[in-house]
Amino acid sequence: MKSYTYYPGCSSEATAVGLGISSRSVAEALGMELKELEGWNCCGSTPYGSLDELEAIVVAARNLALAEKTGLDLVTPCSSCFVTLNKARVHMMDKPQLKAKVNEALAAAGLEYKGTVKVRLLIEALMNDVTVKEIASKVKKPLKGLKVAPYPGCQEVRPRFGFDHPENPIALDSIVEAVGAEAVSYPSKSKCCGGSAVIAEEGLCLELMYKLFDDAAKNGAECMVTPCPLCQMNLDAYQAKINSKYNTNFNLPVLFVTQLIGVALGLKQDKLGLKKNIVNPNKVLAKYL
Amino acid sequence: MEKTQSMSFVKEVSQVPGGEGVNLCMQCGTCTASCPSAKIWEYTPSEVIALVRADMRDVVLSSSSMWCCLSCYSCTVRCPRDVQPTSLFHALESLAVKHGYKPQNTSMPVMYNSFVKSIKKNGRVSEFQMMMGYYLSTNPFSALGMISVAWNLLSHGRLPLSARKIKGKKDLDLILKKLDDVRGDQ
Ligand code: SF4
Ligand code: SF4
Repeated sequence: MKSYTYYPGCSSEATAVGLGISSRSVAEALGMELKELEGWNCCGSTPYGSLDELEAIVVAARNLALAEKTGLDLVTPCSSCFVTLNKARVHMMDKPQLKAKVNEALAAAGLEYKGTVKVRLLIEALMNDVTVKEIASKVKKPLKGLKVAPYPGCQEVRPRFGFDHPENPIALDSIVEAVGAEAVSYPSKSKCCGGSAVIAEEGLCLELMYKLFDDAAKNGAECMVTPCPLCQMNLDAYQAKINSKYNTNFNLPVLFVTQLIGVALGLKQDKLGLKKNIVNPNKVLAKYL
Repeated sequence: MEKTQSMSFVKEVSQVPGGEGVNLCMQCGTCTASCPSAKIWEYTPSEVIALVRADMRDVVLSSSSMWCCLSCYSCTVRCPRDVQPTSLFHALESLAVKHGYKPQNTSMPVMYNSFVKSIKKNGRVSEFQMMMGYYLSTNPFSALGMISVAWNLLSHGRLPLSARKIKGKKDLDLILKKLDDVRGDQ
């Protein structure tokens, strides 16, 4: 059993609690030992970087310095934390002066960041360490006949740290297929849902999401899967609003990819946080639960 | 880095983390063509870069443009010159904040602010506190439009009303306090 330092990220304990619950259960079932990073703080996040880049890097670096002490790779289920922590890591690697300044600040709490810790996305570790083949071999309830639209979200694929193709992402498809479901292809798969801007620029974001749903539904999808807490929240919590704005009746459950894997592994519903989903997935999953 | 009258704006931008690529732009427009939010930008992504290069400091920093960036990184993966526009726009945002500019046509900075406030208070984000802060400092009545969404989250146990403070909150405070002392001209 391989061990990892686990960094849940803020949303895994709140708006994306289904991601937190299912990540832990699936990792356990697949033989990954996740040891939660003690005393972790917010990763720094995109908004933080927009207001004060240096401070955002310091906030991220505290997590990295704590994680470094464990000597294990850090894995996070959150695409956005994954990017933010990696961005801070690369900034400090490229600019020794910046790193020195960050370390001066960290020293106030007796910490030092050296630059040795690896920051990884949970599904990347699932694909590369556990392997898709191994996941497939542990499937107890093949999701045969289920049509799934994979939605990687921007942060998994595009910022330099991605492990997937930035314009034509396929990582999620291989997981969807490994658990026996059918990955639906649809043209807007790699387009943005609007992210956190949905609060301040709702009109634009509803339009972006409408296009995603329209496209996925037209291509026969019965549900969507994503690794990203922000995409999931947007697509799940705003789906009703989109229906009333565009006079549509989309009813597409939006699952975390770890929830989908968990169903196929035969894990119990409450170990996957399925009740936390707003668009109820029970109907499309009924055959497999 | 201090604002110095003698330093050109483009130089100032190139020295902020993320702004390094500004001089590489060849104005091909790929970023603008790839941008899912370009239509709500006051100046399009490539125009913003042209304005920086033309040293239009005030025009750029007071603009709402870069605040409309969704951080989707489409421009970054497509830019033929590796300008890294996404990071560049974040760098412009942080310069605007640092120099006290408040853009008129978007409430994105206000949203970001309530986000960071919530992090500083608890060491973690509380989406509920973030939203409350945002609506109280913009238009409390617009929160009414959010009730259905907030209820969706709340009724599914996804919107804790209070945030747990993290274990290392004291340490984080010490670190951020120290940062203010050592920040210097970075
Ligand atoms: S894509 Fe790159 S080179 Fe082209 S206009 Fe945008 S920033 Fe400049
Ligand atoms: S990262 Fe920002 S500027 Fe670039 S394409 Fe996406 S929204 Fe537009």
